[in-house]
Amino acid sequence: MTGTIDFLLVSMILANLWVLGSSRLPSCIRAVAFQGVALGLLPFALYPGHITWDLVMLALVSITLKAVVFPHLLKRALLEARVDPQVEPFVGHGISVVVGVASLALSVALFRRHPLPIVPPSDLLMPVAVSTLLVGLFMLIARRKALTQALGYLVFENGIQAFGLGVLQHAPLMVELGILLDIFFAVFVMGITLFHIRRAFATLDTLEMAELRG
Amino acid sequence: MLVALLCLIPTLAGLVAFWLPPGPGVRRLLPAVAAVHLLLSALAWSEPPGGGWLGLDSLGRLFLVITSVVFLAASVYAVSYLREEPAGLQPDMGGEDPFSNAKESVFVGCLLLFLASMTLVCASRHLTLLWVAIEATTLASAPLIYFHRHRRSLEATWKYLLVCSVGIGLALLGNFLLVLAAAGGTSGGAEVLWLDRLAQGPELDPHWLRLAFILLVVGYGTKMGLVPLHTWLPDTHSEAPSVVSALLSGALLNCAFLGILRGLQICAGAGQAPFAQQVMTDFGLVSMAVAALFLLSARDTKRMLAWSSVEHMGILALGIGLGGGGVFFALFHALNHSLCKAAMFLVAGTFLATFRTRLVARLGGAIHTLPVAGTLWVAGFVALSGTPPFAVFLSELGVLRAGLEVHPWLAAAYLVCLATAFVGMARVVLTVALGPPVLAPPVRESWGKSLPPLALLLLALLLGLWVPAWLLEGLRQAAALVGVL
Repeated sequence: MTGTIDFLLVSMILANLWVLGSSRLPSCIRAVAFQGVALGLLPFALYPGHITWDLVMLALVSITLKAVVFPHLLKRALLEARVDPQVEPFVGHGISVVVGVASLALSVALFRRHPLPIVPPSDLLMPVAVSTLLVGLFMLIARRKALTQALGYLVFENGIQAFGLGVLQHAPLMVELGILLDIFFAVFVMGITLFHIRRAFATLDTLEMAELRG
Repeated sequence: MLVALLCLIPTLAGLVAFWLPPGPGVRRLLPAVAAVHLLLSALAWSEPPGGGWLGLDSLGRLFLVITSVVFLAASVYAVSYLREEPAGLQPDMGGEDPFSNAKESVFVGCLLLFLASMTLVCASRHLTLLWVAIEATTLASAPLIYFHRHRRSLEATWKYLLVCSVGIGLALLGNFLLVLAAAGGTSGGAEVLWLDRLAQGPELDPHWLRLAFILLVVGYGTKMGLVPLHTWLPDTHSEAPSVVSALLSGALLNCAFLGILRGLQICAGAGQAPFAQQVMTDFGLVSMAVAALFLLSARDTKRMLAWSSVEHMGILALGIGLGGGGVFFALFHALNHSLCKAAMFLVAGTFLATFRTRLVARLGGAIHTLPVAGTLWVAGFVALSGTPPFAVFLSELGVLRAGLEVHPWLAAAYLVCLATAFVGMARVVLTVALGPPVLAPPVRESWGKSLPPLALLLLALLLGLWVPAWLLEGLRQAAALVGVL
């Protein structure tokens, strides 16, 4: 199964670089959806001996949300609000990709120096998780549009969930569903808010939202 | 059983409210549910915590009662508030940017769901469920902040959603690290997330535990408004409708504080209390100092109250950090601050409705224009700033004594911050209340808007004169449960 695990983890890394390097918003949305699928399949590859109905259901819900529902919501926000589909970063695409690679190197080095008290199912899992989390945070800071910030939040959550996969082999189903539900509503509320932001400000550029100070 | 009802009733009522037509019916749902909630919370006070997902220990009970009392006051106020809000477009504060309100039914529904999620925070017996509940409070309250369909409230809502969601994401990471900390010991990984396991003092790896605690403090501290994680707080609390601001400051911040206290319980159980207390002391002092400086330059009534909330959250963190009697008084202060701050936000809402501005420069003579609300405004300030005989005086004094026992410099810094904040707030409060009148008196005041803050302040006064034995015992048990010495 190592081959499958590595394939999925490398897919997650590629999605990170894809979302950082892409200059069009629809492409960024697709990258995050792709990452969601890879993350959703990851538990099967990591714990092939523990496949239960709970796990299958959870994976189905997770993949449906991340690969179908979220992209659809965000694309609708994009279409209905008629946002200019350019990303317009604070930090250029080239440098962003370098930051993405650097975050991976940093994460690998981090886990070399501070070994985990448990043996994760794959050496690469934890570094990829932390790197994904960092890429999400970076997107929150380095992108101007509100939509890219929402995508950054999703990437960040993907990283945290991947981390959780390495730590908790099987969290209680109710808890996992609760977390998914929260993320779902977060994106839902963000999507609606995005729509209103476009209507009120005639742009999704967060630099325009700067009335509240002091 | 009782606990499940406490969560279910507001949830169901909230969902029903979404489908009801706007009007007096849906408004009256608010105080009705709030009253039932308070009654059940009171009944649950003496019920021992069960072993399942939901249960109320002494900390949960205390914060549940605070939430319930503040919500009841806010819901009574909300009935008058919603009745008086004009339908359709209304002028902006400055008069240039007209806006309309969101649907009343949605507002009421979200308020009730907000209550349900805060109840769940107090009742969670599993740390991840607690996380789910705290994130749910963010999502239920975001539409409330955007009730006024206005550019500024939209900006505040976006900031709130993003900053708090990311912050809380870090808290989830903290939960996972806790599992890592337990993985090496005999207690077995994920079991540590059950709060019931804490009493058995699980073996935790100190290195990972410290990291986990820091992430928990950063995560829930974002929601609680500890500096430097507070950036959303002044915007959100000032732009939200005042009923919502009162709930955010009076109830929600406490819920986030409860999240941090759970982390502290774990640290104390594993013998890492001194480290955790140091973190809390640092966050507390920095929050107080920064908030006090911003209070000096406050130009806006509701922003001032929001900064004051940051200051008081600093006092809570500091009290816990100091340990000893500080823990007891910090918990008592959480109650007192909620009562006074919710009252002041409600009065600020009445001012905003009458004067149509929050800017101190354009306000004045409130005590002549609105005799009842103006008096309550000054009384609220007197109570909040720790003047005897109000209860805040007792709790702030208690924290001071705990500070003196630890180090005189800590106590001195604490006093300087309190004094600076007092000066900053006094300027604003007195200008608004006693400055040259800007509106010709008298404006008719509705009891629906005056009674809730009056009741809250009377409670704060009563607690300053006499604390009932059951509350005293409850506070003692809660302080013991936190477990720091």
